[in-house]
Amino acid sequence: MSGHKLSLVVNGERVEADVPSNRLLSEFLRDDLALTGTKRGCETGVCGACSVLVDGDVVKSCLSLAVQMNGREITTVEGLGRVGALHPLQQQFMEKGGLQCGYCTPGFLMAAVDLLKRNPNPDDAEIREGLSGNLCRCTGYQGIVDAIRSTAEAGHGA
Amino acid sequence: MKPFDFVQPRTVDEALAAWEPGAAWLGGGTNLVDLMKTGAVQPAKLIDITRLPGLDTIETRADGATRIGALVSNADLADDPGFARSFPMVAEALLSGASGQLRNVATVAGNIMQSPRDAFYRELDPPSDPLSGGASLAVLGTGGRFAAVNPSDFAVPLVALDAVVEVRGPGGAREIALADLHLPPGDAPGNSTALRPGELILALRLPAAAAGFAAHSRYLKVRDRTSFAFATASAAASLRIEGGRIAEARLALGAVAPRPWRVAEAEALLAGRAIDADLFAEAAEVALSGAVAVGGNGWKIELARRTAARALAMAAAGTPARMPALPASPFAPQAGDLIHA
Amino acid sequence: MPDTLAHPVRFGSNAGQPVTRRDGIAKVTGTATFTADNSPENLLHAVYVPATIARGRVTHLDVAAAEAHPGVTMVMTPGNRPALQGDPSAKPTMFSFRIEVLQDDSVRYAGQPIALVLGETLEAATEGARLLNPRYAAEPARTRIDDDEAAPVEPGGFGRPAGVEHGDVAAGHAAATKAIDVTYETSAQYHNAMETHAVVAQWEGDKLSLDVPSQALLMSCAGYAYFFGIPAENVTIRAPYLGGGFGSKAIPTGPQVLAILAAKETGRPVKLMLTRQQMFGPVGHRGATRQRLRLGIDDGAALTVIDHEGLAATSSFDDFVEPAANASQGLYAAGALRSAHRAVRLDVGTPGPMRAPGEASGSAALECAMDEMAEAAGIDPLEFRLRNYAETEPGTGKPYSSKALRECYMQGAERFGWSGRPLLPRQMKDENGLLTGWGMGTALFPCPMFAADARATLRSDGSALVETSAIDMGQGAWTALAQIAADSLGLPLDMVEFRAGHSSLPDGGVAGGSGHTATAGGALHAAGGDVIRQLGEIAAADPESPLHGAGNAAFSARDGRLYVDGDDSRSDSFADILARAGSAELVGNGSASRAPEDAEKFSMHSHGAVFAEVKVDPDLCQVRVTRMVGAFAAGRIINPKLAESQLLGGMIWGISFALHEEAKHDPRTGRIVNADFAGYHVPVNADVTGLEVLTVHEDDPYVNALGIKGVGEIGIVGSVGAIANAIWHATGHRIRRFPIRIEDLLTA
Repeated sequence: MSGHKLSLVVNGERVEADVPSNRLLSEFLRDDLALTGTKRGCETGVCGACSVLVDGDVVKSCLSLAVQMNGREITTVEGLGRVGALHPLQQQFMEKGGLQCGYCTPGFLMAAVDLLKRNPNPDDAEIREGLSGNLCRCTGYQGIVDAIRSTAEAGHGA
Repeated sequence: MKPFDFVQPRTVDEALAAWEPGAAWLGGGTNLVDLMKTGAVQPAKLIDITRLPGLDTIETRADGATRIGALVSNADLADDPGFARSFPMVAEALLSGASGQLRNVATVAGNIMQSPRDAFYRELDPPSDPLSGGASLAVLGTGGRFAAVNPSDFAVPLVALDAVVEVRGPGGAREIALADLHLPPGDAPGNSTALRPGELILALRLPAAAAGFAAHSRYLKVRDRTSFAFATASAAASLRIEGGRIAEARLALGAVAPRPWRVAEAEALLAGRAIDADLFAEAAEVALSGAVAVGGNGWKIELARRTAARALAMAAAGTPARMPALPASPFAPQAGDLIHA
Repeated sequence: MPDTLAHPVRFGSNAGQPVTRRDGIAKVTGTATFTADNSPENLLHAVYVPATIARGRVTHLDVAAAEAHPGVTMVMTPGNRPALQGDPSAKPTMFSFRIEVLQDDSVRYAGQPIALVLGETLEAATEGARLLNPRYAAEPARTRIDDDEAAPVEPGGFGRPAGVEHGDVAAGHAAATKAIDVTYETSAQYHNAMETHAVVAQWEGDKLSLDVPSQALLMSCAGYAYFFGIPAENVTIRAPYLGGGFGSKAIPTGPQVLAILAAKETGRPVKLMLTRQQMFGPVGHRGATRQRLRLGIDDGAALTVIDHEGLAATSSFDDFVEPAANASQGLYAAGALRSAHRAVRLDVGTPGPMRAPGEASGSAALECAMDEMAEAAGIDPLEFRLRNYAETEPGTGKPYSSKALRECYMQGAERFGWSGRPLLPRQMKDENGLLTGWGMGTALFPCPMFAADARATLRSDGSALVETSAIDMGQGAWTALAQIAADSLGLPLDMVEFRAGHSSLPDGGVAGGSGHTATAGGALHAAGGDVIRQLGEIAAADPESPLHGAGNAAFSARDGRLYVDGDDSRSDSFADILARAGSAELVGNGSASRAPEDAEKFSMHSHGAVFAEVKVDPDLCQVRVTRMVGAFAAGRIINPKLAESQLLGGMIWGISFALHEEAKHDPRTGRIVNADFAGYHVPVNADVTGLEVLTVHEDDPYVNALGIKGVGEIGIVGSVGAIANAIWHATGHRIRRFPIRIEDLLTA
């Protein structure tokens, strides 16, 4: 099966690639671009560990084909913020204990970005419902809600 | 995933021309890619329709009908203020389905075409026996045969509101009533639809009259997990109330049949009557009167009955002014402001 | 690779403080490296084929089709599998299980590996595995607890629990003026850590380097070494971060051994990562149980007997019998106590320890039975437990090393508002007409200690390096252990570099049994103490030190200085002491394990009380836990923020156990039909609301040097019963099977 040319922007940088049709976006990010912050957790679009932003909307990269991403703009956790310049959500997840093993954390962060974009001032019930597409097995749901609430309260929701 | 050809047509004509036996349309992919990974479906060619122009808009036509482009995402439709105001139970059903990530990419056409999620159908070598409890086995529309229920929430209020599916294919354009889209189960497992080979859904359409129920319109979804789970039973109920009486009623049930299940008999019974809890129980009784338990799921019939009665009561109470934080949930507060009640 | 933390962040200092996780920065930026994030050059991807029947033989694999697929480099089947030096049925280390590594063509459970495919890409290997299209000679599968005869368990250590009997059980039954005889069932549950099991294996001669998530690094090295016939020191494991473990990642599993074998055979690095579906089979689970509980009370509502019989499902070829009945030992002051275990062999993968093994299932049944007994007695469930409060360990009479359970009851009840609870069920409704109920349960968990070693190195600049092969699977070892080490050295946290998660370090022991902080922390504490002791000797002998001559005085260390105890005017800095001695560094060693005499003398347990509120729709029967308060006494809390997170997580596992988790088998094939996260439900965020944890102060001078009891598992223990009891209180229905579903309440 011949490869497909792909041109897209990942974390602000132009990426040109050649991918087989059956490569998932999650594997493309992890294996081809070494962006391993995006995790593989269930392969069925349920756990949310593979969540990334495509053109600003959060999606599950394990159910997306890389080949569909031509011309799209993708943001992974690596593009959200860095040491020394953390995104407010990253800072709050850390401080409020919104993580334990950390495996689900990148996916939760990306989902939280989308949640606050749609609803800059969610109440707790809206946060819980809005993040129900991400599983945390450890489970740090309480700290995650605290982190998002405090991010929103600090005015970083929009 | 078995390797496949991939094409990304730029016009509907190109897309239709690209179709060949063994090909599949690829929209959001949330259902298709999942099924391809398990090997349950193995298309030789995917035709990516997500770049087709003009299929991602919501418009009101001159005749008052609302036309939803096939590629509008579940999230965009639910979040469209005008749409949610006119068709609140459709928005509520959409928001009660799947998760934010899936709603962002899943298309409206893909939603109504989604396959049953039951392991019964998903694997190549399906188990011969139903799951314990039979929660996902149909009790209506199968004549007692084992069949998985249709998993769509969205299709339930749509069928209650007389939605129509606009398609184009090798034989030209045509329309299919949503109620007729899903065919009764045959001998082969899985659901089949009235779409002919090579036909592509271009839009869903709600007639002008569908907006007349906005003040009393609810979707109720019952399930063991509070969110992100398919319905064990669901119901879409709409009432047009005039002078304290029900001028017209719409009722459809979800998760009970291989297709969204409209119950005209119950609607007829409600029309012209005064609002009262006993009436709703009676209508629910009628709605489930033909149900047959399979695989030990007699409880599901009772649950569907109660769900229907409750959805009618919630609709009678009025559409909430604001989407509940837990859409369609029995745990969404019932009290509070209502838009028109 | 971050075997050490690249960006330690200081937010506070040392034990007892709610220090923010030191590993948080790596985890929120996506730079924390989990096993499958490693991709060495020239990597091959391995995918194994899981059996889709539960019992029988594989009669055909289409090897030619798989081999012909582009990118497939090797297909390993029982027919061509290279030899292993070790016996797959042997148990080379503690906690070992028999593994399935293509030793023959038999199938003993669905999900068992029956072939391994290697490919240049994951897609190629995955498609090659699919193309093998196995055919079988299948036999009827036994997957339900009644599908075969139960047999008593022959006690024999790990996985084969002994029964216990204290007092005259027959007399206890006879003395009862009221009695209950109830049977509870729990379902098979699968650990499902978010990170699935994985391995990246690289050979260099007879030296093996592994990235592999492991809860016990040196024990795992020994296990892998056994299978490949090499010395344990030839195996190196790197595991800085585990994406959860919950008991399933302690020892080598079959798929991991196969991938390592493939790396040896091909001479290339091999990566294997289980899919979510593959987590339902060869990597352990919590076996299903059926438990009969007979309780009796006298006229004063004092328990005359707790008689607890557990039947548990295990595999056809190995032993792990959920020690559920033992949960009834050690908790309530019954006149007589009996625990007995039987097992039934089914065509399922071998169960194993899963978060609170035995306690979770056993307590679920016991705490419901206690509620039923309280109902029969006509008294409040909390009052009933207080009347049967054990001041010493029931049966043995041993004193507890510490026990603040009464305080847990009182503080938890107060916080929850328990005192207003109606005695009878179905008395409360909320403003929306939802049935509302309150229930409670007691939590008990032992405090095991393993053995661990650690090393502390004081550097010339006054900073320190501390090392032990501890494991952070999410509980917070990177942070809590560093806090302990910093205290032991009298240094602020940011002066301490901590290395862990690597097998080349001193043996950090096992991250299990809620004993890791106590054990690895104890070793670090001892190592730090050793440094300080040596430093004191050097300073006391150094004429230029302010501490000179204070040889018989005790020293204390704080903020990088050594002080004469009780005389703050005499002190010397670590750096100065080393500089004058001309030492570049000073190395101390420490180890920790429990003193046998203390273990014998005392009953050592964490305790807790969990209170739950549920709401149930009266018609639709959907259940939601709306509030929980857990009060726990678990000795010294090193980091309240981390401990609270652990306890909350355990309580959410209680919700999961009570309402969601259940693996369902197709009775024909024996396959688990809901073997993925779409079908196997765990709570989502919307299921969790109103949870609160209280930690009750407790000093325990006996449990270990640091007084730590552990918090990783106890949260689940009382929670399951509390929820089920609250459902009864809301609805009047006792559902004696977990998980409790809509249909159970609808048809009750």
